[in-house]
Formats: sequence, structure tokens, C-alpha cells
Amino acid sequence: MKADATAPRGAVMTATVPVQADTCRLSISGMSCAGCVATVENALKNVPGVTEAAVNFAEHTATVRGNVDPKVLVAAVTASGYGAAELRGAEDESEKEAAELAHYRKLLRKFIVAGVVGLPLMLAELLGVMPMLDTPSGRIFWLTMGAVTLWVLIYAGGHFFRGAWKSFLAHNANMDTLIALGTGAAWVYSMLVVLFPDLVPSLARHAYFEAAAIIIALINLGQALEMRARGKTSEAIRRLIGLQPKTARVIRDGQELDIPISEVGLDETLRVRPGEKIPVDGVIIDGHSSVDESMLTGEPMPVEKKTGDEVTGGTFNKSGSFLFQAKHIGADTALARIIEMVRRAQSTKPAIGRLADKISAVFVPTVLIIAVITFLAWFNLGPEPKLSYMLVATMTVLIIACPCALGLATPISIMVGVGKAAEYGILIRNGEALQQAGKLTTIVLDKTGTVTEGRPAVTTLLPVPGWDESKLLSVAASIETGSEHPLAEAIVSAAKARQLETSSASDFQSITGHGVSAAVDGKKVLFGNARLMARHQIGLGELTARAEELAARAQTPMFLAVDGVAAGIVAVADPIKPDSKAAIARLHAIGLKVVMITGDNRATADAVAREVGLDEVMAEVLPGDKADKVTALQQRGEIVGMVGDGINDAPALAQADVGYAIGTGTDVAIESADVTLMRGSLHGVADAIAISRATVRNIKQNLFGAFIYNVLGIPVAAGVLYPFTGLLLNPIIAGAAMAMSSVTVVSNANRLRWFKSGRAQP
Amino acid sequence: MNAWAINLAGIIVMALIVWWFWLSRPQARRVSGAGAIEIIVDNGVYTPARIEVPAGKPVTLRFLRKDPSPCAEKALFDDLGISADLTVGKPLDVIVTPPRPGEYEFTCQMRMYRGTLVAK
Repeated sequence: MKADATAPRGAVMTATVPVQADTCRLSISGMSCAGCVATVENALKNVPGVTEAAVNFAEHTATVRGNVDPKVLVAAVTASGYGAAELRGAEDESEKEAAELAHYRKLLRKFIVAGVVGLPLMLAELLGVMPMLDTPSGRIFWLTMGAVTLWVLIYAGGHFFRGAWKSFLAHNANMDTLIALGTGAAWVYSMLVVLFPDLVPSLARHAYFEAAAIIIALINLGQALEMRARGKTSEAIRRLIGLQPKTARVIRDGQELDIPISEVGLDETLRVRPGEKIPVDGVIIDGHSSVDESMLTGEPMPVEKKTGDEVTGGTFNKSGSFLFQAKHIGADTALARIIEMVRRAQSTKPAIGRLADKISAVFVPTVLIIAVITFLAWFNLGPEPKLSYMLVATMTVLIIACPCALGLATPISIMVGVGKAAEYGILIRNGEALQQAGKLTTIVLDKTGTVTEGRPAVTTLLPVPGWDESKLLSVAASIETGSEHPLAEAIVSAAKARQLETSSASDFQSITGHGVSAAVDGKKVLFGNARLMARHQIGLGELTARAEELAARAQTPMFLAVDGVAAGIVAVADPIKPDSKAAIARLHAIGLKVVMITGDNRATADAVAREVGLDEVMAEVLPGDKADKVTALQQRGEIVGMVGDGINDAPALAQADVGYAIGTGTDVAIESADVTLMRGSLHGVADAIAISRATVRNIKQNLFGAFIYNVLGIPVAAGVLYPFTGLLLNPIIAGAAMAMSSVTVVSNANRLRWFKSGRAQP
Repeated sequence: MNAWAINLAGIIVMALIVWWFWLSRPQARRVSGAGAIEIIVDNGVYTPARIEVPAGKPVTLRFLRKDPSPCAEKALFDDLGISADLTVGKPLDVIVTPPRPGEYEFTCQMRMYRGTLVAK
């Protein structure tokens, strides 16, 4: 992961906590007596900042008062030997949506009010039916219009003026400053013309009340439209939040009770019936069912679950009824962590957006300076009526400049892109990973579990004369019983399937990248690859040729030697995932070089490579050397994406420009990965890259649009074209352009919502 | 003379813009002791916008959003990797530990709302 931080993030403790009178409730597990209560209470009270801590033994909860991060409280309880999790209710978006709707309506009301005043004035102006300023009735009319426009500015544009003033006091300037100055100047000038016409040259006696009112109307409309478009950008988060059920059916004292999800405690037993959503994360203790996890993993096939299997909150129970024990609640559930991760990622910015940030930071004061220059330029160089030109050009510069479009260009696309990725079961950690993913030239795939199923099975047994298959497998299983290697599991289960007896092994030694050695029934047994045999100078004879034949058929041959003599070959094969070939073809189609890295022998690796169509194979790589291989590729100038399981491949994932952890189901805690793919298919990698590229393209379009808009709009508004074409922009047109610029950026970002995976549907 | 006066006034206004918005800083509110620092999010500004805090110690910033416009809905601390979603009318505590002395900016998504944590 390439952290861009200027500060070490690991050193920064952060938490965002809704304030509830500084109170936090925890669910505590593992308490069995009153002594436990005292231990937990003491652990909580010793946390700095805690003013009060009370444990309720009957409910297995703790209520803590004080100004402390709940994570620190959970850590304190865990350190004292108990389990803890924060009790927090399901997030409710309805309140936020209601507030947004109310604000949207308010903006529309302001648009209508300002439009009703400004539009007739503008039409009358265009038709030339306005009363003259120099007649008594005309002056009364214009004074009335001045008062009405002032009311419009206060009612419909008051928030711009308040914002501008507050910002000014804080030594800050924002969009409000520009709008308030632009429309305020128009109104003040117009009132000057109405009240003291003699101060203004006769040609410049023109009131601009309609411009002030219509600009305010248009900007309110633009903000309303932008708000509406923005609502759609957070659709993905709303969908994820919507997955969480509001209630859970818990079993307490033998009774089934429906309770709010925020009341579910750790280790409590819950019932889920067919057709219901699973409320929190846990382990099935009774019953079985098939569960649809597609909403989280993107995997369309339901997963069979039985006693002992884990279930995830927010997923859908399809067929059976079961009881499960809650293991993760509140903010600890996979769904809550996914939401948190997506939210965080949505707020991060890739390097591409930093330039826009830097410009945004100085944008408004720069526009103010340009406005003053415009004013002076027209004063010194402009034709008569100078004063009108000075006012119109300056006002237009202030109104057309749009810092919002620039500021929104990157974050709004990231928001939609990261949300869209989450819909495909792809969790992108930050905006930087997204930008890097768009630049990748090479994808390195770990073989086991990535290209292949990661569930190897024994396929061939080749005993030497004097040995038989059962004996060969039995000894191999005896030595492998203590090993946790996936190949070992395949051998042990094959022996079990044949109901073979195994002996106990002693002096077990695992030699990384080679194999294992142990004493079985008093004999020294070696089991591993040709390198292990060579290391112990075991003669393999014709077994070497047989092993090569097996390897060429994508099987992994392992030699067994007993007391220094070869006893035979046990070959294991890990089936290639059915869609690996198609996904790799997609990676090729988007111009990437695809490399496979494996600890397997060269021949097996080559056979897999031929089967799925890889460009390069790095075989016989020791686990610790994978990161070095990634570095070597980077030194060749490649920008490398590494796809692995996130645990064994963690160093290589961290070394790569973008690390993809694949097939992790709903376990999202893959710190070493920039991108976590919840589905096992390699199509997820192709999808992740396609979404990343589409998002970066969208950001570039937005940034280009926002830059060009301001770079062209401001000089045109200032009147640079006037000497050549006589063109001077109307401030009302500038207001319309400004109002639409942010809407355009948000709408363009929303196009990402229609992103479709290039995966052929089954 | 009149022309000179107007041009001079224009130049002075430009100089004032540079001085006020770029060169001078508002007074920082100094934080002492425990307790949360309340930051009002309204009218395009964080109040207070400049806060002096001790470096290396956790500080609770209690954001209270009053502005319903979408600009105000996030408070981002880019350098600290923090993002907070603010709901109108609901205070939200952000606990942050500036790792070392320096200035840490916090902004809305569009960088129109701007505040600074000054860690000393």
C-alpha cells in the first residue's frame, strides 16, 4: 500500500463518535461471576478520560461515561481477558434524507421567489418597456424595484451574504464571497443610479436589479440540482446501510424475543428463519441453510452453511432455519466495517486531485484580484459609458468563477467509483490505489487460491517396487498430519478417504520451500520436492522422469524417501478455477501483462500457465522471495498489481503498486491490500481495474471541464474578447453558467453509476 | 489626479486582499485541559477555524453542523487520513492525535470550509 501521508497514519488515533452525553455502551462476553464484574469495571475505570463505568452482569453490558474513544475501551476490556464490542444501533439514513429534502425544497422556493421578481424585470428590459429613471414616476418605480430586490437578496440570497461575511472574518473567501460581492455590487450601483443619478454619467445610468435577482435565482437552482444529483452519488452507501435489518430474534431464558439490533449482545443466541436477513455476524450452533451473500461478495451462488460455519450480518437466509451465536456486533460486524471502509475510501483523494486542491485553496482571492484588475482595465482602457462596463465586467468575473466545480471534480467521482466497486464486492482502500490501478502494466497472480481453487487433491500415487499405493499414502499422511500446508491437508484427507491407518510422527521439521522431515515408526522420512531430495542426496532414478510427466499435466509431484531411499511419488493437483482463463483473457484485453508466481515446480507452473494463457511464469519461488520478484518487475519499469490471499502474500501485496487480496469472503480486515476482493473469481481483478480506469477517466474529464471552464470563462467575462469582437458577457449568462458548472461535474460523475463489468454473463 | 486615485485605490485593494486572505491568520483558539472543542459548521466557516492543540495527545473535536447544504457534510483531515460524516443538528466527536507539531488542515470536500489544527 502506498501511503501518501505526510504524517505517519499508524501514529494517529482517530474515531468518529456520535455524541450521546459522552456515554458509551459495551457488550461484554466471558463474564461468569461477580469477580469478573469488578475486573472489567476496574479495567474501564483505569482508562484515562473515563469518569464512570458500570457493568451490568445480568445484561452482560457496561455503561461508560467520559470522553474516550470506544475502541480504547474495547481494547482495555480485551486486555483484561474478556470480550467487548460497542453497542451501536443500525445507522439511520432517513433523518439525513429528510433534512436534505427540506433543504432542497427551500432552495427551490428561493429560486422561484427570486425568479418571479427577476424574470419580469428582465423581459421588460429586453422589450424596452421600463420606465425612465429621470421621471418622477420612473424613480418611484425603480425605488420600489430596489426595495423588492433587496428583499430578494435577503430572503433568497441571505445565506450567501452571511457566509461571505463570516468567511471574511475568518480570513477565508469562498463561493459565497464571489456571489455576495457580484450581486451586492449590482444592487448598490443600481441604487446609486436611482438615488443619486447626477453622480453617474448619463450613459451609465442603468439599474441592474434584474441581474442581481436572476443570478440569485439561478445559483439557488444550481445548488438544488446539484443536491439532487449528489444524492445519487451516495446510493452505494445507502444500499449497504439498507442491508442491515433493524431487529433481531434473540433467545433469552428460553424465550424468543424480537429486539432492536442495537441490543444484541456478544455470544447471545439468535434465530434466523427462512427468508430473513441475518442480523449480526456469528457462528451457527444448530441447523443448516443456504445463504445468499451476493449483496456483500458479488458472488451470485448461495453458500451452504452448517453447524460451525460463520454467517455474516446483512446476508440473506434462503432455505433453512438455524440458531447462531453472535460473535461480532455493532461497529465490529463485517457489514459495518465494509461501510466504514467504503466511506473512508470515498473521502480520500488520489494525487491527481491534489493540484485542484492547491488551486482551490487560492482560487477565490485570486478571482478577487482579477476582478479588481478587470475594474481598473476598463477604467483605464474602456470606452464610454466606462462605469457601466467596469461594473458589468467586474460583476461577471465574480459571478462566473466557480471554485466548487474544481473542488468537486475529484471527490465526487471517487465517491461514485468506490461505491460502484463496492457493489461488485470490490473494496478499494483509498483514492491513491484507484489512481495507481489505472496505470498498471503488469498483474502478478499468486497461483494457489488465485488462479487455482486452492483446494488441492491427491491425483496420482506412484510407489517404487516393494511399496504399494496404500503404504505410500499412509506414510505420507503420517508425516503430514502435523503440517498446516494446503497440500498436506489434501494428503491427510486422501488417506482418511481410503481409511488408511497413520502412525504418529516425531521430530517434525518443516523446511520452507522444500518439504518436511520427521521420524515415523523409528524411520527417518523425508517428504517434499526434488530440492529436498537433492539436499539429502536421495537418488531418484526414473522417478525424476515420471515427476516431470506429472508436472507437465499441472500436477505437483512430491517425493517420499524413507531412511535415505526413495519410496515413490505422491502427486497433488489443485484444479484451476473455472473462470480463471476468461478473466485472464480480460486482463490481456485491457493491455496488461499477466505473470504467475508460485512455489510450485517449473513444469507444473508451466502447465497451469499454458492452460490459462499466461505471459510469464515465476516458478519455484520461496514464499519470502515473492516480494523481491515484485520489486524486480518494478525495477524493469513495470507498474505492478499483485493478486494474492492477503495473508501469506502480505509482503508481496504491500510491495506491489496495488495489492489485491482475493477470495476473502466477507473478511475485510486485509490491511496489506489496497483492494480487497470479496469474491474468489479473478474477474474481480479485471472489474476492479476497469472501475478504477473508468473513475480516473471521469476525474480527468471533470478536472479538465472545471479548469477549462474557469480558464476560458474568467477572461471572457473580464472582456478580453471585447477589443476584437465587441463581445462582453452578460452577468446573467455568467450566473447560469456558474450554476450549471457544478451540476455538470456531479452529473458526469453519476455516469459512473452505469458502469458495467466486461464479464460475460453465465 | 482622479484616475491616479482610482488606480492607487485598486492597487491598495489588491494588496489588502493578499494580506487579509493569505498573509494574516486569525487568532487561534487555544485548548487547555480535557473536554471536547466544539466546532460550529455554518455559513461557510468552521467556528473556531484555527485551533491550537498539544501535539501527540488525543483531542476531541465536537463538530456541530448547522449548514444543511451538502458542502458541509464532510470534515476531512487529509494529512491525518480522517473523514467524518456530519449530520445536520447532530454533534459528532472526532478524536484526533496530531503526531507531531505542525499545522493540520481540515476542510469540506470542496475545500470551501477550511480550518487548521495548530499542534504545538
